[in-house]
Amino acid sequence: MSDTILETRDLTKHYGGVHALEGADFALKKGEHVAIMGDNGAGKSTFVRQITGVEQRTRGEVIFDGQPVKFDGPLDARRAGIEAVFQTLALADHLDVPDNLFLGREKTKLNWLGPFRLLDYKSMRQDTLAALQKTGVKIPNISNTIERMSGGQRQCVAIARTASFASKLTIMDEPTAALGVQETAQVENIIRTLKEQGEPLILISHNMRQVMDLVDRIIVFRRGRIVANLRKEETDGQDVVAYITGAKTGAEYEGAA
Amino acid sequence: MADQAHGVGGLTYDKSKRGWPNEANIFIALIIIIAIFEILGQVLPYMNGQSFLFDTQERFDSIFNEARLRIIILQVAIIGIISLGVTQVIISGGIDLSSGPLVGAAAMIVMSFAQTELVNGNPNPKAVFGDWAFDLPVLVPVIVGLCFGAFIGAINGSLIAFTRIPPFIATLGMFLICRGIAQWWTKGQPVSFPTESFAWLGAGMMPVVWFLLLAVLCHVILKYTVYGKHTYAIGSNEDAARMSGINVKRHKVMVYMIASMLAAFAAIILSSKNLTAQTGMGQFYELFAIAMAVIGGVSLTGGRGSIIGTVLGAMVFGAIQSGFTYIKLDAFYQLMAMGTIIISAVVLDQWRQQRAAAAA
Repeated sequence: MSDTILETRDLTKHYGGVHALEGADFALKKGEHVAIMGDNGAGKSTFVRQITGVEQRTRGEVIFDGQPVKFDGPLDARRAGIEAVFQTLALADHLDVPDNLFLGREKTKLNWLGPFRLLDYKSMRQDTLAALQKTGVKIPNISNTIERMSGGQRQCVAIARTASFASKLTIMDEPTAALGVQETAQVENIIRTLKEQGEPLILISHNMRQVMDLVDRIIVFRRGRIVANLRKEETDGQDVVAYITGAKTGAEYEGAA
Repeated sequence: MADQAHGVGGLTYDKSKRGWPNEANIFIALIIIIAIFEILGQVLPYMNGQSFLFDTQERFDSIFNEARLRIIILQVAIIGIISLGVTQVIISGGIDLSSGPLVGAAAMIVMSFAQTELVNGNPNPKAVFGDWAFDLPVLVPVIVGLCFGAFIGAINGSLIAFTRIPPFIATLGMFLICRGIAQWWTKGQPVSFPTESFAWLGAGMMPVVWFLLLAVLCHVILKYTVYGKHTYAIGSNEDAARMSGINVKRHKVMVYMIASMLAAFAAIILSSKNLTAQTGMGQFYELFAIAMAVIGGVSLTGGRGSIIGTVLGAMVFGAIQSGFTYIKLDAFYQLMAMGTIIISAVVLDQWRQQRAAAAA
């Protein structure tokens, strides 16, 4: 057993003749935070979709927590411990925060009643407050329904949900793309909290400052291929942009794109 | 812990934004509607100062016009039972158009199992079971009816969950099928004269008792059980529900089964109350049941609504119907006015929702 939580070998996805992802070799250590950058259509989201089972890969291997895996769907991946926060938030708008956090894994009483077993509202509420505290998420009133919340608060709930269930790997696809300054800061704080707790993270982002602030390593995608694997200390914004635009290609990836 | 305790980080909790419960609005609407009819009764020249709500002719011991109140709640009780199920279906993001014809079909089937052997010493002409003449215990027709409802509901739910056809189409088809079953069962003959024990089920104020009992039960399962939470979740965001590990397909089948069983139970009560079953029974019931739910604040897009709202919606529905009759409005105007009121209820509700969303 190594300290690698996720590894992909030759991960490839073709949509008909379009090679959206070509031979991606990637590894993530436990506790490591990695950013994935690249232009639109570079293959970032395709890469994540293969890992989380949203789509089925054309070729290649995914090794998660030491085991080769092949998820039939996102639910499978979630059961295995990969939690993803997608751009379209998977929250039920008409339910409040504890309901959303515990959706599908409710705490119950009188379990012999089967589908009509009673919800343990009190205990779920307490656990929600504890989970919010743990992740540093600040929600003014957890009894509010999601539809009454701002975009940032929604994002925070989605992330808190992801983070509060002892997942082995968290994936965030542009979590702050639609948020204001203050809300972005809040989300970034949560990410820092995850780092302190040693939970590994894959972050897809276009925000250079954010990436430089938050992660250990930057992977650059270009035209479906990984073209750079940069340690944060050894690079800077301009360097990364050079890789994104194609002005430079990492030495070990020569001939890739 | 006080709510303010986690209201830090630049985000403040504004208590004024907390929603005024929708049910309170419906309750106020109910009172206003009754008041309007009361005033109309005093104002309209041909009413001779009759009162809508109060006992002006000293016919009863109480100050209220008990006869009218009784009619209002009796009128809504049976369709109200259907609307309890329809509420759950709509909250889950679906619609059930088959409940009215299901009432007709279930009533025919149930009644044929409930017919008594002798009427005034003469053999009761059996609609289906010919010479097979003895009284079955009351439990038999009730169980047969509920099983029939569960069967129809299971088909509805399976069609919607597994073939992914829109609920509107699936239940519209079932609408026609059930009307067909109602006529085929006895080749159009009415079925009459149930056993005494069966007649007891819907006698007097019993429909109201059943309605309220079932309303409490449905309120509890929607509000306090996993079944209820998942019903709201599926109606609110089906993808999120699936991603959370909820078995959406199985749950939908269950919701439609419960709704159809409630409709079948309404058929049992209705045929018991009328002491007969006819093929045309339950006409428009599916639409009235949907109307009650909608007036009660159940959102047709799913995810929002409550049993308390639906019960109040049913009361509003009954008060309006009874009020129209009271001010001697002709039946055709009643239908037009009813339609207008249902449309206004949805428009008002949507407007209110948009305003609430804008305020958040």
